[in-house]
Amino acid sequence: MDLLNIQPATAEIFMALVALGLVLASAFIQPEAIAAKFVRRVTVATMLLAMWMCYHNGFMPSYAFNGQFFTSPFMVYMKVLILLGAVGILLMAKREFQGESIDRPELPLLILLSVLGMMLMVSANDLIVLYMGLELQSLPLYVIAAIRRESVRSSEAGLKYFLLGALSSGLLLYGASLLYGFTGHTSYDGIKLALENGIHPGAVIGMVFMISGLAFKISAAPFHMWTPDVYEGSPTIVTAFFAVVPKLAAMALFIRFTHGVLGDAVDSWQQVIVIIAILSMFIGAGGAIMQTDIKRLMAYSSIAHMGYALVGIASGISSGVSAVMVYMVIYVISSIGVFALILSLKRDGRAVTKIEDMAGMSRSHPVYALAMMVLMFSMAGIPPLGGFFGKWYVFSAAIASGQVALAVVGVLASVIGAFYYIRIVKVMYVDDETQPIDQDIPRSNTLIALTSAIMMTGLVFGLSFLRETVQATVPFVVFVAG
Amino acid sequence: METTWPVLTVLTFLPLVGVVFLLLIRGDEEVVVRNARNVALWVSGFTLLLALALLWNFDPNYDGYQFVDRGDWLADEGIGYMMGVDGISMPFVVLSAFLTPLAILASWHSVKHRVREYMMAFLVLETLMIGTFSALDLVVFYLFFEAVLIPMFIIIGIWGGARRVYSAFKFFLYTLAGSVLMLVAILAMYNMAGTTNIPQLTNFAFDPSVQFWLFLAFFASFAVKMPMWPVHTWLPDAHVEAPTAGSMILAGVLLKMGGYGFLRFSLPMFPDASISFAPLIFVLSIIAIIYTSLVALAQQDMKKLIAYSSVAHMGFVTVGIFSFNAQGVAGAMFQMISHGLISAALFFGVGVVYDRLHTRDIDAYGGVADAMPRYAVFFMIMMLGSVGLPGTTGFVGEFLVMVGAWQANIVVAIFTATGVILGATYMLWLYRRVVFGRAEKDEILALEPLDRREIFIFLPLTILVIWYGIFPGGIFDLMDVSIASILDQIEPVYLDALNTAQSAVTTIGE
Repeated sequence: MDLLNIQPATAEIFMALVALGLVLASAFIQPEAIAAKFVRRVTVATMLLAMWMCYHNGFMPSYAFNGQFFTSPFMVYMKVLILLGAVGILLMAKREFQGESIDRPELPLLILLSVLGMMLMVSANDLIVLYMGLELQSLPLYVIAAIRRESVRSSEAGLKYFLLGALSSGLLLYGASLLYGFTGHTSYDGIKLALENGIHPGAVIGMVFMISGLAFKISAAPFHMWTPDVYEGSPTIVTAFFAVVPKLAAMALFIRFTHGVLGDAVDSWQQVIVIIAILSMFIGAGGAIMQTDIKRLMAYSSIAHMGYALVGIASGISSGVSAVMVYMVIYVISSIGVFALILSLKRDGRAVTKIEDMAGMSRSHPVYALAMMVLMFSMAGIPPLGGFFGKWYVFSAAIASGQVALAVVGVLASVIGAFYYIRIVKVMYVDDETQPIDQDIPRSNTLIALTSAIMMTGLVFGLSFLRETVQATVPFVVFVAG
Repeated sequence: METTWPVLTVLTFLPLVGVVFLLLIRGDEEVVVRNARNVALWVSGFTLLLALALLWNFDPNYDGYQFVDRGDWLADEGIGYMMGVDGISMPFVVLSAFLTPLAILASWHSVKHRVREYMMAFLVLETLMIGTFSALDLVVFYLFFEAVLIPMFIIIGIWGGARRVYSAFKFFLYTLAGSVLMLVAILAMYNMAGTTNIPQLTNFAFDPSVQFWLFLAFFASFAVKMPMWPVHTWLPDAHVEAPTAGSMILAGVLLKMGGYGFLRFSLPMFPDASISFAPLIFVLSIIAIIYTSLVALAQQDMKKLIAYSSVAHMGFVTVGIFSFNAQGVAGAMFQMISHGLISAALFFGVGVVYDRLHTRDIDAYGGVADAMPRYAVFFMIMMLGSVGLPGTTGFVGEFLVMVGAWQANIVVAIFTATGVILGATYMLWLYRRVVFGRAEKDEILALEPLDRREIFIFLPLTILVIWYGIFPGGIFDLMDVSIASILDQIEPVYLDALNTAQSAVTTIGE
C-alpha cells in the first residue's frame, strides 16, 4: 500500500484535470455555441481515453491512496459500462443540444464531473471516499436537471431532485457514521474484518440507513417518489442520462456494499433488500399502467427494472452478483435505445413526449417502430430477446438461494409490466395516426436505436461471452488484500 | 440417432430466410405485395417439403430422439442447444409445416394492407412453432414457446377485427401469466438437476413433494395454452378477432402446444404428481366438454361457436392423456392432430363466407348450399369430422380417448361420451342454419362459388381427414414407440398407486 502509487487511479485523475481545464476553456472560448461544441467533443474523447486507461491500469487488483481507492476487474467492468453509457448519451445529444436552450458548455462538463464522481463511488474503498464520490456525482446532476432555466418544470425537477437527494445523502452519511461508530473503521476492509465475528445491532441500523440512501440513488421503492417528476421535468437528454448512468454507479456500489463489505452478514440485510425489490417491481409495474407521458412511463419502468436487479442482490450469493451485472448491461443497452427513439419524437421541431403522439408510427416511420417494438418486448422480458435473459439470471439466482416466493412474485410483476410495454407497441402499430411526427429523424439516433435493438435480438448468441466476462469479475467484489 | 447435417435446425430456421427476403423486397406497393405473397408461399412450401422428407426418413421403431442436433450454447452452465424429434413431436412438426402454407394461401386476398409484415409474422410464427416442438432443451423450448406470443399478438392486433386490441392483450397477458410460472419451475428444475436437457431431466427423479409444485407451475402454462376450463376465456375472443389464417394456426397448432407439453414434460418428469392431479384434470376436462358445448350451442357468431367447440375437443385430449394407458394417450395424440386439421378447415370455412358477406352472424346466412354447393360438401365433411363421424379422423381420436377413459374411470368415460352428443348437436345445428334452408336473401344467392385457391386449401385437409379416418394406422405407427416409452415412465408409479388404493379398500373391507 504505497501512498504515492497513483497508477490505479490514472483515469480518474486524468478526467479531473481535463474537467478543470474545460472549465477554463469554456469561459474563454466565444461564442457560447462553439464552446459547447468544443467541450462536448473533448468530453467524449476524454471518456473514451479514460475507458482505455481504466482497462489498462486497473485490471490488476490494486490499491491507491493508502488503501482508500481500490480497483479490480469488477470496478473496470462497471466503470467501462458507466463511460460507455455516458458516451452513448452524449452522442445522442448532438441534435438535442442544438436549437434548444440547453446548448451550453456546462452540460457536457457537468456530465463529465458527475461521471468522475461515479467512478470514485465504484472504486471507493473507504466510507469517506464513498461519500465524496457520491456527492461529486449528485451535485452536477441537480444542476443539469434544472439546466433549462426558463422552464418552470425543469427548475421544479432540479429543486425536487436536490431536496430529496440531499435527504438521501444525509441518510447515507448518518448510516456511515453509525457503521464507523460500531466497527471503529471507515475503510471497507476494516469494516469487513470487524463484522466477521457478528454484527452489532447498532451497525445493523447504520447499514439500513446506508441501504436506504443507496436505494434512493437507484430509485428503488419506497424511495422512488422523485423519479417520475424529475424524469418528466428534465430535458429528455438529461432524463436519458439519469435513467442509465447514475443507476450503474449506484448499483455497483450496492453490490460492493452488500456483497463485499457486508458479505459475511447476509442475513442481516437480505430481508431488507427483498422488501425493496418486491415493492419496486410492483410499484414500477403498477405505476406505469396509467401513465400517458412516455418519460414518466420510463421512470416507472426504471423503478421496476431496479427491483429486478435487486432480486439478484437479494439472493446473497455470487451468482446473484453476476446476474445483476448481466441485468444492468441489458438494461443500459435497451434504455439507451429507447431514449434515442424518444429523443427523436418531434412535431414541427418541438419535442413531444405523450404516448399517443406515437400513434401510427409503424406506417410513417417503419424502422423506428420496429426498433421500438423489439426494445419494448425485450424490456417486457419476452424471449428470445435480451431482457428475458436478464430476468432469467436474476430469478435463477433467487431460486438457487432458496427464495422461490421472491421469484414467483417477481415473474407475476413482470406480467403486469408487460402490459404497458406492449401498449406502446399497440399505439404504434394499431392506432391511427392523428398528427404526423416529423419525418426527419436524426440518423445517429436511429443508428443507436437500431444497434440497441439488434443487440437485444442477438444477445442469444453473445450470452456465453457476456456471462464469462461477468463471472471473471465477480470474485473481485469480495476481494480483500488482507 | 445423429445426422450428418443439422437438418432440424435448417427446417426450423428456414422460414426466417424467407423473412430476410421479405425485408429486402423493394419497389412500389403492388410489386411488394405480390412478391411478399409469393416469397412467403414458396418458403413455407419448401419448408413443408423438407418436413415431409424428414417424415420419410423418420424411423418409427427407434426409441429415442432422431435427427438430433447439438450446439454448445451456454454449455458450461448445463444449458445447451439441442434439437430432435420423436414420435410425439414429429406429427406436430409436420402439422405446423403443413398448415402454414395453407394459412398463407388462405389470406391471399383477404389481407390487403401491410401484406409484407403479415407474411413476415407468419413465417416467424412457423419457425417458432417448429422450434417449440423440436427443442430438446427446456430453455430452448421456453424461448420458442414464449416467443410465439410476439407474432401472434401482432397478427391479432394489426389484422384482427373490431375488438382486436382487447383480444390481443387478453391473449398475450393470459398466456404470459401462465408461462412465467412455468419459467420459475424451469429455474427450480435447473437448480435441482443442474441441466435443462430434456432427455436427462426425463430420467431425473424429482422428489414427489417437489413434483407437486413443479407440476402445478407447468400446468398453469399448459392449461392456459390448451385451453382448459376455467382459463379458456381468452380463446373465443382471440379467435373471433384474429384474421382467418390466424385462427387456423391458433386452433391448428398453438393449442396443441399445451397437450404436447403435458406429454413431453408433465407425464414423464412428474409421474407422481400427474397421478395425484389426474382426478382434478378429469373434472376440469368434463366441465370443459359439457359446459363449453352448451355455451357453443348458444352462440350467434360462427367463429365463436367453433372456438368453444375447440375447448370441448381439447377436453377430450386432456382426458386421454391423464388416463395413463396406451389407448387414451394415443387417442389424445390422434385427437390433437385430427383437431388440427379439422378446426383449421372449419375456421377457413368461416373465413370463406366472411370474405364474401363480411359477417359471421349465423342468422345472416341460410341456404348457402344453393349458391356454393362445393363449399357445402367440404364444410359438411369437416363438420362431420368435428362431430366424430366414423370414417373421419375425429371418430378415431374420440373413440380411443373414451376407450382409454373407460379403463381409467368409467364415470369419466360416461361424462366424456356426452360431449360427443352435445358436439353433434351444436355442429349439426350450425350447419343446418348456415348451409341448409331456402336461400331467400339476395346476397346469399349472389354468393360466388369456391374459386380454385379455396378448393386447393380445402382439398388436402379433406383428403387427410378422410384418409386417416379410414386408415389411422399411418399416424399410430409413428408414435406408438414414443407413447410406450412415456407410459413406461409413469406405469410403475401408477400401478403402485393403484395397489395402495386397492389394499386400502381391502383393509377397510376386512
